[in-house]
Amino acid sequence: MAEVILTVNTEIGIKVEADVITTDTFAGKNKSEIESLLVWQGPKQFPLSSFFDVEGDAGSSAEDTSIVVKGDTSRVKRIGEKMTAGKITVEGSVSMHVGSQMEGGELLVKGDADSWAGMEMKGGLLHIEGNVKDHVGCAYRGKWVGMSGGRIVVDGNANNNLGGGISGGEIVVGGNVGHYCGIRQNGGLIAVKGNAIRAVAAEMTAGTMVVNGTIERFSPGFEYMTNESDLKFDDIECPGNFKKFLGDNAITKRPKGTLYVNQAANMDL
Amino acid sequence: MTGTIVIKNGSVYDPLNEVNGEKQDIFIKDGKVVSELSDADMKDAKVIDATGKTVMPGGVDSHSHIAGAKVNVGRMMRPEDGYKATMGKTAITHSGSGETVPSVYMEGYEYSQMGYTTVFEAAVPPMEARHTHEEMRSIPMLDMGGYLVLGNNWFMMRYLKEGDIDRAAAYVSWMMKTHKTYGIKCVNPAGVENWGWGKNVSSLDEANIHFEVTPREMIDGLTEVNEMLGMPMSMHLHANNLGHPGCYETTKESLKLSSSVKANQDMDIEWAETKIDPSRDQSVYLTHMQFNAFAGTSWRDFESGVKPLADYVNNADHVVIDSGCVPFGEATCMTGDGPAIHDVAVLTGGKWSNTDVELECGAGVCPFTYLKSNPVHSTQWAMGLECLLLIDDPWKTIMTTDSPNGGPFTKYPLVMTWLMSEKFRDQTFSECHKWANDRSTLGGVDREMSLYDIAILTRANTAKTIGMAHRKGSFGVGADGDVTIYDIDPSKIDTREYSDLINKFSTAEYTIKDGQVVCHNGEITMIPERRTYYTDVSVPDANEKEMLKDVQEWFRYYSHGFNHYPTPEKYLVNPTAIKVNTEQ
Repeated sequence: MAEVILTVNTEIGIKVEADVITTDTFAGKNKSEIESLLVWQGPKQFPLSSFFDVEGDAGSSAEDTSIVVKGDTSRVKRIGEKMTAGKITVEGSVSMHVGSQMEGGELLVKGDADSWAGMEMKGGLLHIEGNVKDHVGCAYRGKWVGMSGGRIVVDGNANNNLGGGISGGEIVVGGNVGHYCGIRQNGGLIAVKGNAIRAVAAEMTAGTMVVNGTIERFSPGFEYMTNESDLKFDDIECPGNFKKFLGDNAITKRPKGTLYVNQAANMDL
Repeated sequence: MTGTIVIKNGSVYDPLNEVNGEKQDIFIKDGKVVSELSDADMKDAKVIDATGKTVMPGGVDSHSHIAGAKVNVGRMMRPEDGYKATMGKTAITHSGSGETVPSVYMEGYEYSQMGYTTVFEAAVPPMEARHTHEEMRSIPMLDMGGYLVLGNNWFMMRYLKEGDIDRAAAYVSWMMKTHKTYGIKCVNPAGVENWGWGKNVSSLDEANIHFEVTPREMIDGLTEVNEMLGMPMSMHLHANNLGHPGCYETTKESLKLSSSVKANQDMDIEWAETKIDPSRDQSVYLTHMQFNAFAGTSWRDFESGVKPLADYVNNADHVVIDSGCVPFGEATCMTGDGPAIHDVAVLTGGKWSNTDVELECGAGVCPFTYLKSNPVHSTQWAMGLECLLLIDDPWKTIMTTDSPNGGPFTKYPLVMTWLMSEKFRDQTFSECHKWANDRSTLGGVDREMSLYDIAILTRANTAKTIGMAHRKGSFGVGADGDVTIYDIDPSKIDTREYSDLINKFSTAEYTIKDGQVVCHNGEITMIPERRTYYTDVSVPDANEKEMLKDVQEWFRYYSHGFNHYPTPEKYLVNPTAIKVNTEQ
């Protein structure tokens, strides 16, 4: 696998729209071709080399290409957008839309990510080791069809609207989530190891959600079914005792959504 | 010299002059079609060699929702419509976004890329006329106009209930001038008023609340007023019960109402020279027939009711229809028929918007996705094409998608190609739900339209039907120099190679407006001057005086003052009044 290393060479002011930083765009290009790819910064376009030093040539296909991004990329948006194969590793933090509409391959962010990570993702693996902001794996504004495939792993905390409109794929959060986690979920799996605030799985019609921590304000449209313990969804394991709910009755008369809530952490339920 | 151009040796399709693919040269001088150019003019004229290409008059769309309050509500409601369909700016164009409800600039560019030069907004609520004109003046590339919604207007309902046709006519005349609009649109007559009370009307003889007027009385009255005044277009009808299984029967009854009314077009204008009489024949122009042609009693036994309606139209000579085709994919339903949109919103379970326009009408907006996997949507696709293929005389039909209700206007090329290619229809049958074939008659239709037919459906007849054939839709001497050149060689058309046709219709090689190349192979090359048409209708002074007394008295029900009601001419680009009923 050919490796291209991008290193930030300047202090980035206005955020950079770097949707060209994908294995698909890089594929088949040599160092100088990659350097001259254009990115928008505000109203102007610049070559990628205005922001990054480039080392190495890409492979012949996205699959054969690995990109490593170094330096302060916290003001770089859309890294890995729509990528279909190969690998991207970001050593620091990223701005919005990392892995947005991603279809395949592997994208690793070692720092934090801003909002819209993995928006409407269709496939592949997006792994964020730090915290993320809003709308992880969510539908775009105005839409109710979010992530439909692939996997997002967040080791830290996530903010609001995680997995909004998710219809397939999995989101695993190591820490806590904010409001509206899994709103309008209609398929797929969301597993939260930590706590959630409110409107968890609101308007859910299908799919599965697991909350291992405490839910501050439980959604009213869910009906208690039974207790289950030590859940396992393929390779995703959720040990412990869980109360199983069906919902959301607020949105449909025949809900098929399953919400598991850790019994010990939610004694008032 | 600007606006002077020669299009040489193209295969010309000009149905109003019965030119069917003959090789001809088109001469345009100072923006108008002329029979020839002098040697002196020829020196300065731009010459386009159109050998082996299809040459048609510029496209005319007679029914499209592209300007005004509900279009803008669609834009505001649908951020998701914009982010995947974007257009960058160039040195002369603005940027834009939106698939089904594009921003104003993009609407103009996209129409121009397809070869259109004239588009009429299908529904202008009187109180929203200013807003509509504000948008129309920002839409580049197109000559425009709009139809005024009057089927549930309090003044109209009162006058027609009382049978006071003279004052009703005076009101229409005053309203057209006041709002700078072009023709009468009638949406779910008497029903939208009931929607203010959470109800609708379900038959032609059901009187509505308070006004106690029936759809029959409204249709009869508006048709009578329309022909009495000699309006350019006939009454433009969106029939009652739209979108409900079984509604085709209501539609058929509604069409019968105007059968005995004689068309009367009384315009003080200069007519372009055409071989065929370009004045309109019809006394009713039914819009989006597909949505008005549902048969069955529920969504379970839903089927196409186009056949019986088409049979009726085939035997009648007072009707023109536009199709309201469904090309699949994203759409934004928007109509003055508030209750119909509510029904759509109940089906989708998604977001919707509803508005009551004080004393005048209402509107609703609801995003919609037509899926090939859905039995009803698939049937609707077949029905839209049935509307155009089962009616034998192309001069009774107009191609639309009721944009963006059935789908955005950018999908017209698909519809044109389905009409021309049975192979393409078969291909779509194989991809969509079997109901398309089982519940319609489209599968048994082997008619393939010619380029001549397409020119009728998208230019000649649209212009004729709405009374614009005096300057649009033909290459008659004196007509506007609007031309579309498609890179289609008529002698080499193979309708089995349908994807090629789709591409060629999507991007005209040249779009020429007023004798100037405004778009070349999809690239906007100049931003032309354009006009806004409205009707300036005369009525006897005494009638107008009495009518205005009523209007001022009733104006207390409005939330704003009488003086703020009119739309001044400064809201229009090149306001172009068409004088009507000038005998008065």
